Amino acid sequence: MKIKIQRQTLVEYEVDMQDATLLAVLERIKTSQDASLTYASGCKSSVCGSCSMRVNGKEVLACGYKVKDGDFIEPLKNVPVIRDLVVDMDKAYEFNAKAKAYSNNPHAKNISVTQENEKINEIQSDCILCGSCYSACPVYAVNSEFLGPFSLTRVWKYVSDVREDDSKEKIDTIQTNGIWDCTLCNECTLVCPQDISSKSDIEKLRSKSAMAGHTDPNFASMDFGGGLSF
Amino acid sequence: MNKNDVLVIGAGGAGLVAALNAYESGAKVKVITKEYPTRSQTCMAQGGINAALGNAGEDSVEAHVQNTLKSAKAIANEEAIRVLCESAPEAIEWLDSIGVCFSRTKDAKIAQRTLGGASAPRACYAQDYTGLKIIHTLYDRCLACGIEILNERFLLEILTNEDSACGVKVLNIRSGEEEIYESGSVIIATGGYSRVYDKHSTNSSATTGDGIVCAIEAGARASDMEFIQFHPTALKGSSILISESARGAGGYLVNSEGDRFVNELLPRDEVARAIHNEIAKGEDIFLDIRHLGEEFIDEELPQERKLAKLYENVDPVYDLVPIKPVAHYTMGGIEVDKNSSTIVKGLYACGECANHRVHGANRLGGNSLLELIVFGKQAGINAAEFAKTNTPSVLRNPHANMHSRTKRGSEIEVDFYKIREELGDMFYKSVGISRDKSTLEDTLKTVEEFISKLPLMGVSDKSKIYNTNRIEFLEFKNMLVLSRLILTGAITRDESRGAHFRVDKPNEDDKFKIHTIIDKDGVVS
Repeated sequence: MKIKIQRQTLVEYEVDMQDATLLAVLERIKTSQDASLTYASGCKSSVCGSCSMRVNGKEVLACGYKVKDGDFIEPLKNVPVIRDLVVDMDKAYEFNAKAKAYSNNPHAKNISVTQENEKINEIQSDCILCGSCYSACPVYAVNSEFLGPFSLTRVWKYVSDVREDDSKEKIDTIQTNGIWDCTLCNECTLVCPQDISSKSDIEKLRSKSAMAGHTDPNFASMDFGGGLSF
Repeated sequence: MNKNDVLVIGAGGAGLVAALNAYESGAKVKVITKEYPTRSQTCMAQGGINAALGNAGEDSVEAHVQNTLKSAKAIANEEAIRVLCESAPEAIEWLDSIGVCFSRTKDAKIAQRTLGGASAPRACYAQDYTGLKIIHTLYDRCLACGIEILNERFLLEILTNEDSACGVKVLNIRSGEEEIYESGSVIIATGGYSRVYDKHSTNSSATTGDGIVCAIEAGARASDMEFIQFHPTALKGSSILISESARGAGGYLVNSEGDRFVNELLPRDEVARAIHNEIAKGEDIFLDIRHLGEEFIDEELPQERKLAKLYENVDPVYDLVPIKPVAHYTMGGIEVDKNSSTIVKGLYACGECANHRVHGANRLGGNSLLELIVFGKQAGINAAEFAKTNTPSVLRNPHANMHSRTKRGSEIEVDFYKIREELGDMFYKSVGISRDKSTLEDTLKTVEEFISKLPLMGVSDKSKIYNTNRIEFLEFKNMLVLSRLILTGAITRDESRGAHFRVDKPNEDDKFKIHTIIDKDGVVS
């Protein structure tokens, strides 16, 4: 089986492995063929988010993807490549802080959370910060300061939580470079290994923003084809 | 040079809890990790976190204490266990207050389930993603507090002056440069050392015990290193963990004939040994949770189903899951007192890298996540307090050329990746669930040979930037040091106790109702 890996140049490797995960193949190459091949890995069980990369243009976790002959492996997009398949996630993760993706009410004691309440953000709290959604997001081509899919999902996780007493500050924060910059293309949903849909979380944040009196800033600048242009 | 009040090395659950508490105590805190915080081993904890809340059945702190003591086989500190168990309800309340999404009962309480060795449903959980949801919430909390976290830096040395820890030397993995950070105190929270068993471990590839090795170099002691927990149910082909909660919920262990052969809810050491004995008889062993039903499995054990399908091509809803026991948790670690302090002033340790003497010879499921919260807090508060009064004097020169020059490229005569694999296979076979003195002694000889061959090994990747070949070699060297400590402990402990089972000495011996304490010069007591 042959695979191609985008390093500084495109490099082809041949391995004799069947039904193997991409991470197992990378480990085999590193320990027996080419110790300079560089990738990140950790848990091998799809929960630490270290080994996200692209195969044939689509984001996957290397530990959760079974390799096929001819696969083309690349690093994530929208993040600086440090070396080979390793990218620098610092800036991407900083958007969590910029979006205020944390509890506003950290000393909420004894607030009753029902099973129904817990279900509201159960799946959002499954996020492993692998950055697949961030890589797949087309908005970064036009706005490098977009808060991005995983950070906005995290904001939804907190504002939808019954333990939060005040979501206004968060909702205000995500009006700029946030929810209205999303094109709702749904690429983030398609690549999420945890079945999270940031697109639908962003839609929910838009509804909540509208209820809080915010409007889509794109409306103001839109030309509806009427007016004085006759 | 950067001066900080408190430096926390490691950003898993223990490290982040320590950082948050040091911060709340008024200290300036910097966290340094060799990965990113959410990639730490804590994210892999599935089953739950113990606290005698009694939400799902009658329970008491006393029962929690007694269960933990019993499993520890008389080499735990009852006082420390009491602190752990009494602090547990408050620890859960705190996690709940910062936003951890625990599963809930019908009457809106935090859901609890039974794990091995527990007399009541005591483990609070979030599906089978308990550790994941805790570590991410702690990370979010650190962001809220603006705690500085430096990612991708590998610990090389803990710096000390005449009488206390005063900083660290790390390798910036990205730049390939060494960096020095000074501080009033240092907290080590770098995790366990199960990766000595290489592919025969459920752990992340980063679980290489780096902090323990550096702490010993700096003058601290390690204890009970021979006690290594084998998790009964890892997937047979890949060593991927299947949570104990699968058995807690009523899952069976069966052999090739489909017969059950052990009470599935005994503590892990006993279940692992029973499986080991069956395998020795030539049996294949399976986990059977088919009778729990698809709805229950998808609700309570979604991750297990996904992993079994991916790695073993079986669906636990319809199929038996092939399993084997593999290395999972290391009870031993850096010896600390009741303040989480080592014998080196200003040097603290918490989490799996530390030995707070609460797990003894065998840890109970659900007690390790608890330990992170309770002793992480203690370490954070005490390290902040110490830093207030400690004005670090001039650094003693960090060891300039402590290690001989590492071989490069074509000079390399021995491939350390091969030795690393050999070490793991040998440990699984000879320092595993069943041990005997002469095999342990032979294994130690082989480890010493590996150590003597280190000058023939090296780093073939010449890059300065993000050289994982170099990092893996550094981790491998640490694991060789740890291997020697594990074996020294296992040979010295001429008896069987908990996870340390010696076929040549199959019974407990009161003479060994003590901790094995080791420093860099060898066994202290």
